Amino acid sequence: MSMLKHFLPTLLFFSIPVVAIEVSPNLGKAASDQQLSQWNKDIFPDGQGLPKGKGTASYGKKIYNKHCLSCHGFEGTGSSADELAGASHSLTDNPPDKIIGTYWPYATTIFDFTRRSMPLNAPGILNTNELYAVTAYLLYLNGIIEENAIMNEKTLPAVVMPNRHGFINIYQQQDKNP
Amino acid sequence: MTQPTELQTIAGGGLLDRRVFLKKGITFSVAALASESLLAETDPAQLPWMKTPGEPLSNYGQPSAHERKTIRWTMGNSMADGNGVSWTPLHDLEGTITPNGLHFERHHNGVPQIDPAQHQLLIHGAVKKPLVFTMEALLRYPMSSKLCFIECGGNSNAGWRDVPIQTAAGYVHGMSSCSEWTGIPLKILLNEARVKGRAKWLIAEGADASAMNVSIPLEKAMDDCILAVYQNGERIRPENGYPLRLVAPGWEGVLNVKWLHRLHLSNKPAMSRNETSKYTELLPSGKARQFTFVMDAKSLITHPSYGQQLNKTGYYQISGLAWSGRGKIVKVEVSADGGKTWAVAELQDPVLSKCFTRFRIPWHWNGQTAILKSRATDETGYVQPERDALIAARGKHGYFHYNAIVSWQISNHGEITHVYA
Repeated sequence: MSMLKHFLPTLLFFSIPVVAIEVSPNLGKAASDQQLSQWNKDIFPDGQGLPKGKGTASYGKKIYNKHCLSCHGFEGTGSSADELAGASHSLTDNPPDKIIGTYWPYATTIFDFTRRSMPLNAPGILNTNELYAVTAYLLYLNGIIEENAIMNEKTLPAVVMPNRHGFINIYQQQDKNP
Repeated sequence: MTQPTELQTIAGGGLLDRRVFLKKGITFSVAALASESLLAETDPAQLPWMKTPGEPLSNYGQPSAHERKTIRWTMGNSMADGNGVSWTPLHDLEGTITPNGLHFERHHNGVPQIDPAQHQLLIHGAVKKPLVFTMEALLRYPMSSKLCFIECGGNSNAGWRDVPIQTAAGYVHGMSSCSEWTGIPLKILLNEARVKGRAKWLIAEGADASAMNVSIPLEKAMDDCILAVYQNGERIRPENGYPLRLVAPGWEGVLNVKWLHRLHLSNKPAMSRNETSKYTELLPSGKARQFTFVMDAKSLITHPSYGQQLNKTGYYQISGLAWSGRGKIVKVEVSADGGKTWAVAELQDPVLSKCFTRFRIPWHWNGQTAILKSRATDETGYVQPERDALIAARGKHGYFHYNAIVSWQISNHGEITHVYA
C-alpha cells in the first residue's frame, strides 16, 4: 500500500491522452523467392499467375468423370454440388440458371478455383495439364469453346465468357439504395 | 416439512393423537417420529443441490445441462459434411456478445486443425519488402480490440422465398454473430511491408482445404481491418479461424478470411470464385451486383419470436438485435400492429459502430392477434426496408444481402409464426 501511495501522484502526473500505437516492431522476415513462388497461387483474369501447361476437352472429360462427376453430375448437370453446365434457362428466367456458361465472367476463375479447392475430398490432386483439360471440358460443355480447342496459359485468358459484362461494381458506385 | 398446524399435540412433550397415523399413512408417520435433525432434511427451502457438495472445479466451463437446447443449428453438404453452415441461436440469447461456441460458421471445406508453430503469414505482391511472419512474431505486435458483428452475405436468405419460413429466428438470421476481436491492426503490417503506390486491392487467402481467397479494397485494409488472434478474450476457436483471422468490420463474412496465411497486394482484384459466381446478387435485369461489401442495417425481434409461446395476456418485454455495417444504429422502431404505428425502442448502451445493438420495449399483450415488427435506422440515415421494397429494388433471385423487416404474428392463442406483412 505504501508503494501505491508513493506512485499514485506520479502516475496521475504522467496521465497523458492515449493514442493508438501504430509503430511496427518490424518482426517480419524477408520472404525468400522460393517461398514467394511456392505460395503465390493467385490467378488473375488477364492470365497473371497461370502456370505453363495445356489440355483439351476430350482428356478433360476423363479427368472430370474420375474426380468431379460424383458430386457435379453427368456432364456437369449438378448433383450434391453445383450445376456447372447444361443451363436450361437464362439469368432473367424464374428461377434463373446461374452456371459457368451463363454467369461466370472469367474463364481463369474455373482454373483457379479448381486448382485451389477441388476436388473437395483431395484438393491439389490434379496436375497442371489435368487442370487445363478439365477447364477445357467445362468450357466445351457450356458451348464456349470447340471440343478440340487447346487451353493453355495464353488461350485460357483469351476466352470471352458470355456474361463477361454482367456485373455492376457496387463498391465503386458507393450505392446507398436498398 | 409437515406443517405443525396439522400436528396438534394432545399432550406435553410432543405427543400426538395416535389416530393421526391412520389418517396420514406411512410417510406422515416418519415425519411424526422425526427428530429435529430429520426435520431439517426435509426443509423445502433446501433443494437437493444444497444438501451435498457440488461438482469439482473444472478446467474449462460448460453451459448448464438445462441449457443443452441452446445450440448452433448445423447444415453440411450431404457428400462433404465440412462444407456448409451453422447458425447462432439468436432466439435463445440476450445481450450482444455471442458465446464463442455459438458463433456462426461457414466453411467451404471443413475446419483445418492448424499447428500455430507451423502457421505463417506472407505479405507480398505490390510491396517493397515481401515479408513473412510467424505466429510467435505476430503475438509481439501492438494489438487493439474491436467489438463488431460478422454476418455472412447469405444470412437470412430464406426471406427471398415466396412462403415465409417457419424456423426459429436464429436459424434463419443467425449467420450473424458479435464478438470482441483482438489483434494487430492490418495497417501496421502493411506499412512494414511498404505498399507500393499502384496497389489497390488485397487478396486474402486462408490455409484451409479450400484455400479460400477474396479480394478486398486497400482502403478498407488501411482503415479498420484487424488480424485477429483473440475472440472474446481467448484464442480464436478453430472453426472461427485459429490461429489468425482477418476481421473486416461491417463487411460481408466471406471477407473476414479465416486461417489467414497470405495477403497479396495487387492493382486489381483476383475475380475469384467467391467474388464472381458466389456472393454476387443477380438482379431482375440479368445484371448482378458485385463487390457489395457492406452489410446494410438489419434488425429482428428475438423475444418473442417464432416457436416461442405466450401463455398469458399482459406484460412482456420485446427484445431484439439491430446492426449495420455502415456504422452505429441510431434508432430502432417497433410496431405491434403490423406496421400501422411505430414506437421507438430503448437502445442498450454502449451503442457501438458495426456492432450488435440490443433494443427493448415493454408491451402489454391483450390476447388478440398481433403482428410485431422492428425497423432499424443507422447513423448514415439508412432505414431497414420492408420486404416489398427490397424485392422491388432487387427482385427475388439475389440470394445474398437480404435485410428486410421481419414480422412475427401472435395468434389469439399466443402462438408465434413468421409472416410477410
